[in-house]
Amino acid sequence: MQATDITDPNYFHKVVDCQWACPAHTPVPEYIRLIAHGRFSDAYMINWKSNVFPGILGRTCDRPCEPACRRGRVEDEELSGSRKEPVAICRLKRVAADYKDDVNHRMPRAPEVSNGRKIACLGAGPASLTVARDLAVLGYEITLFDQDPQLGGMMRTQIPHFRLPVEVIDEEMAYITDIGNINFVHKRIDSLKDVLAEGWDAVFVGTGAPRGRDLDIPGRKEATPNFHIGIEWLSSVSFGHVTSVGKRVIVLGGGNTAMDCCRTARRLGGESVKVIVRSGFEEMKASPWEKEDAMGEDIPILNMLVPKAFVLEAGKLVGMTFEKVEAKYDDNGRRRLVPTGEPDEFHECDDVLCAIGQENAFPWIERDIGLDWDDRWDMPKVDRVTFQSSHPKVFFGGDAAFGPENIIWAASHGHDAAISIHKMLEGEDIYDRPAPLQDVVSQKMGIHEWSYDNDIAIDPRFKVPHLEKAKALSDINAEVELGFDVALAWKEAQRCLNCDVQTVFSTNLCIECDACVDICPMDCISFVQNGEEDDLRGRLMAPALNKEQDIYVSDILPTERVMVKDEDVCLHCGLCAERCPTGAWDMRKYFIEMTHAGNACRGL
Amino acid sequence: MTYIAKPKLHHPSLPKNDVGYTRRDYDGAISTLCAGCGHDSISAAIVQACFELSIEPHRVAKLSGIGCSSKAPTYFLGNSHGFNTVHGRMPSVLTGANLANRDLIYMGVSGDGDSASIGLGQFAHLMRRGVNMTYIVMNNGVYGLTKGQFSATADKGSVAKKGAVNRDAGIDLASMAIIMGATFVARSFSGDKTQLVPLIKAAISHPGAAILDVVSPCVAFNNHAGSTKSYDFVRDHNEAVNRLDFITGSAPLTADYAPGETVDVPQAGSTLRLRKITPDYDPADKAGALAFIEQKNHAGEVATGLLYLDPLPKDLHANMNTTKRPLNTLDEADLCPGSSVLDRINASLR
Ligand SMILES: Cc1cc2nc3c(=O)[nH]c(=O)nc-3n(C[C@H](O)[C@H](O)[C@H](O)COP(=O)(O)OP(=O)(O)OC[C@H]3O[C@@H](n4cnc5c(N)ncnc54)[C@H](O)[C@@H]3O)c2cc1C
Ligand SMILES: Cc1ncc(C[n+]2csc(CCOP(=O)(O)OP(=O)(O)O)c2C)c(N)n1
Ligand code: SF4
Ligand code: SF4
Ligand code: SF4
Ligand SMILES: [Mg+2]
Repeated sequence: MQATDITDPNYFHKVVDCQWACPAHTPVPEYIRLIAHGRFSDAYMINWKSNVFPGILGRTCDRPCEPACRRGRVEDEELSGSRKEPVAICRLKRVAADYKDDVNHRMPRAPEVSNGRKIACLGAGPASLTVARDLAVLGYEITLFDQDPQLGGMMRTQIPHFRLPVEVIDEEMAYITDIGNINFVHKRIDSLKDVLAEGWDAVFVGTGAPRGRDLDIPGRKEATPNFHIGIEWLSSVSFGHVTSVGKRVIVLGGGNTAMDCCRTARRLGGESVKVIVRSGFEEMKASPWEKEDAMGEDIPILNMLVPKAFVLEAGKLVGMTFEKVEAKYDDNGRRRLVPTGEPDEFHECDDVLCAIGQENAFPWIERDIGLDWDDRWDMPKVDRVTFQSSHPKVFFGGDAAFGPENIIWAASHGHDAAISIHKMLEGEDIYDRPAPLQDVVSQKMGIHEWSYDNDIAIDPRFKVPHLEKAKALSDINAEVELGFDVALAWKEAQRCLNCDVQTVFSTNLCIECDACVDICPMDCISFVQNGEEDDLRGRLMAPALNKEQDIYVSDILPTERVMVKDEDVCLHCGLCAERCPTGAWDMRKYFIEMTHAGNACRGL
Repeated sequence: MTYIAKPKLHHPSLPKNDVGYTRRDYDGAISTLCAGCGHDSISAAIVQACFELSIEPHRVAKLSGIGCSSKAPTYFLGNSHGFNTVHGRMPSVLTGANLANRDLIYMGVSGDGDSASIGLGQFAHLMRRGVNMTYIVMNNGVYGLTKGQFSATADKGSVAKKGAVNRDAGIDLASMAIIMGATFVARSFSGDKTQLVPLIKAAISHPGAAILDVVSPCVAFNNHAGSTKSYDFVRDHNEAVNRLDFITGSAPLTADYAPGETVDVPQAGSTLRLRKITPDYDPADKAGALAFIEQKNHAGEVATGLLYLDPLPKDLHANMNTTKRPLNTLDEADLCPGSSVLDRINASLR
C-alpha cells in the first residue's frame, strides 16, 4: 500500500468517528473534555458554532454520532457487565446548555452597517435559521417568512414539550434574532414567482416537508371525525387547539412521529394507547430510545399488522382490523411482507392517529419560473453540494431539499447553503469550496504527561434520570428527561476516548524496537512486509476487519517493513507514544474548523 | 515507566487458547523499564509463547537475580509464581525449587551481568547439572540497572556511551552453555519476535537445561554507534543459522520445502522443524556448533537460531534418580517407609 497521507484533512477526521458522522461535524471530544473540566459555557459555544441549537439538539437530536462512536466497538461486555454502548454524546451536549453561564456577551452581532444585500428565507425552521445566523453576522439583511406565528418550524410545532420545553426553543431563537439584521414576517407564502419579483438577492427555501400521509382503506371517510394525521394533530396540540383524546387510541406507524403521537395521547387522556406497525420491531424507523420511552409509558408496540379497514358502529369509529403478515425473502434477497393467512385482528379504539410518513408539498412553487423539477419525486432539482436549484437565486435546505430528515441535517444544509449564497453574491464559483482548516498539535507536556486524560474508564454508559412516570403522564408540559447532573456528566465524560488526539507516526524516528506493538492494549500496531490492502489487513497483530476504518501505513522502514496501524479500535490511550523511546509516536490533537460562510469559504 | 495502567479493554477478536485464556491473561504489571528496552520485547515474546503453548499460568515459576532484566518477570505472567533472588544466585535457588517440585515449569530470567559477571559460577553449574528449565539471558552487554558499566559479555573493543573502550574479552554465553553441558542452546534478538517466540516455545518444551541468549538492546546506555548490542548493529550483523517452527504434536508433511531443506526433531510430544539457512549447519554436532559460533564471533557477526540441541537430553532428576513426585506430596509413609527398607539400604552399603 501507499503510505498514508495524513495531511489530507479527511484522514484524521474519519478517526474521530462521532465528529465524522455528525452532519455538522461538531467537535465532540473537544466539548466533552470542556464539560469534564466544568467549562460549560465554552462547551456550549463550540456547539453553538457548529450546530446552532445545542440546547434543542441536546434533547432531541437524532444523534447519528452515537452509533458511530468508537466506544460502542471497543467496550468489553465481560468487564463492564453491560452491553457495548456509545458515549452519551447528545445528552452531554444538553449538559453544556443546562449548566452554562450567561453567554449573551459571547454571541456575535451583525455589523453596524449592512452590506445592503437582502435575503429571503421562506419557512423559519432550523435550516432557514442557520442560513440567517451565518449570513446576518456577515452584514446581510435577512427576512424570515413563516405561516406560523413564531420562529422554530417543526422544532416548535411538532416536537412535544415534554421532550423539548418551550423556554429552550425561545432562548436559542433569541440568540439568532439578537444578532441583528433579522426580520420575521408572519405570513404564508403562496407564490415563489411573487417572492422573486420582490427583487431579493437570494431566496432560501426552508419550508420543510409539511404534509402527513393519509391512509386510503375502507371506512376512512366515515371515520374522519376520529381520524387525525399525526403531524397536524401534534401541531394542534402544540398550539393548544387540541387538549383531549379518546380513552382508546391506535397510533399507526413506526417512526418518531408515531412515538410522539402515542406519548402525547397518553398525556391527553388516552388510557389504552397502542402503536400498530406494518413491519417488524427491529425495522421500525423510530430510534431505539424513543421506542423504549414509549414502552416505558405502558404503550405496547404491535408489529407485523397491516391496517385493513376502519370499523364503525352506528356511524361511530369503534376499532380497526389488521391483516397479519410475516417477512419473507424472495430470490433476490428482497424482503416482502406477505399475509400469514391467519384471521384478521381487531383492535378497539376511539381515535386513530396516523403517522405513516411525511411528504414534501410545493403547491406554491410555479413550474414556469426557470426552476427545474424532478417529476419522478415531484421535487425541485437541488444540487447536493451547493444546495442551489436550477434557478441561480433560489436555494433549498432542510426537509425541503431532499425530503424529511432531522434538525442536525437541516443545520448542516443551512451552513452549506449560506456558503453558496455568500460566494455567489461575491461573484465567486460556488462549486469551489475550500477544504476545512486543520490543526494538529502535540499534546506532550513532559515525560508521560499529556494535556489530556489518557486513562481509560471502563464504566458502562450512565443513564439519564427521568421524571417519575405518574408525574410525567399527568402534565403534558413536564419534561421527562431531567438531564445529567454535573457529577454524572463528569463520569459520563470520562468514557469518551478522545479520538481527536491522534497517533502520529514518524518513520524516520522509528528504531523498530517493538515497544509500541508490545504495549498496545488493542493490538492496533504491527510491523510487517508491505502488501495490498486486503492482504495486509489479514496479516496484522489482530485482523483489521472493519473496512470502514482506514489502516495507517508508514513509509518503508530500514528493515524493509512498514508500520501498519488499524485505526478501528485504537483507544487513544497514548501508551504507544509513552513507550516509544524516540518519539516516533506522538499524540497530537487534531482540530478541524469546518468552513462556514465568511472569509474562510472564499479562501481568504 | 508509564503512569497509567494498561487499559483492560482489548481487541474484540482477541482469541482464547486451549485452556481458555487470552494472551492478555498472561500479562504482568506495567513495565517500569525504559521505553524501548529490549527486555520488554522479550517479556512480550514470553507472554506470546506461553499463550500459544496453552500453559496454565499457575504452573509456571519465574525466578530471577538482580538487574533490569531480573526485574522483567514482574512484567509478564502476573498469575505465576515468582522469586526475585540475590544477584547472580537465581540458578541455585531455581535448582533447589526444581528438586523440591519437579511438576512446575521453571523459567530463569537473568541478565548478562547477573549471569556472566557475578553469577558465572552458578550459571555453569546449572547447565552442568542439567536442571530442567528455560534460562533466558536478556543480554545487553551492560549493567543496565547500575547505569551502563560494561558487563562480561561486552565485546572487546566495543565503545561505551561516553566513549570508554572495553579492553576485556567478552564471554559468549551460548558457547559457554554448550561446553558446560546445556542440552538446548539458542540465540536470538529481542527485535525479531518471529525468530524468538518459537525458540522460547521449543526451550520451554525441552526436557532439560535450555538456554536462550537473547541480545536485548539497552536504549539508555548501549544503543549507540560503537556498541555491538544496539538495534542497528544486531540487525546488520545477524547471521541466523536456521528458522525454527514449533509444531504441537507430530509434524505434518508439507511440500513447501525441498528435501534436505528442513529437519524435523521430535521433542516431548511436539516437533521442532528446522528450516536451514546456513547450509550444512547441524545443531546436533557439538564441536561443529562451537566452531561455527567462534568463527562468526571472530568475523564480528552474531550467530542466531537454534545452535545446539541434544536430541536425548537427561535432566537432573534422571541423573540423580529422584522421586517422580513433588516433595510436598510425599506423606509420612513415603518419607519413613519403615525399618525393613532402612535395613535393605544399610545392607546395600556394606
Ligand atoms: C413529530 C415530529 C417529531 C420530530 N422529532 C424530531 C427530533 O426529535 N429530532 C430531530 O432532529 N428531528 C425531529 N423531527 C424532524 C425535524 O423537526 C425536521 O427534520 C426539521 O424541523 C426540518 O427543518 P426545516 O428547517 O427543514 O423545516 P421545518 O422545521 O419543517 O420548518 C419549516 C417551516 O416552514 C413553514 N412553512 C412551510 N410552508 C410554508 C409556506 N408556504 N409559507 C410560509 N411558511 C411555510 C412551516 O410552517 C414551518 O414552520 C421531528 C419531526 C416530526 C414531524
Ligand atoms: C551482590 C551485588 N553486587 C552488585 C550489585 C549491583 N548491581 C545491581 S544490578 C547489577 C548489574 C545488572 O546487570 P545485568 O544482569 O546485565 O542486568 P541489566 O540491568 O543490564 O538488565 C549490579 C552490578 C548488587 N545488586 N548486588
Ligand atoms: S469515544 Fe468520544 S471521541 Fe471517540 S467517537 Fe465516542 S464520543 Fe467521539
Ligand atoms: S493510542 Fe497507541 S497504544 Fe493506545 S490503543 Fe491506540 S495505538 Fe494502541
Ligand atoms: S516504540 Fe517507537 S521506535 Fe519502537 S517500534 Fe514503536 S514507533 Fe518504532
Ligand atoms: Mg545487562
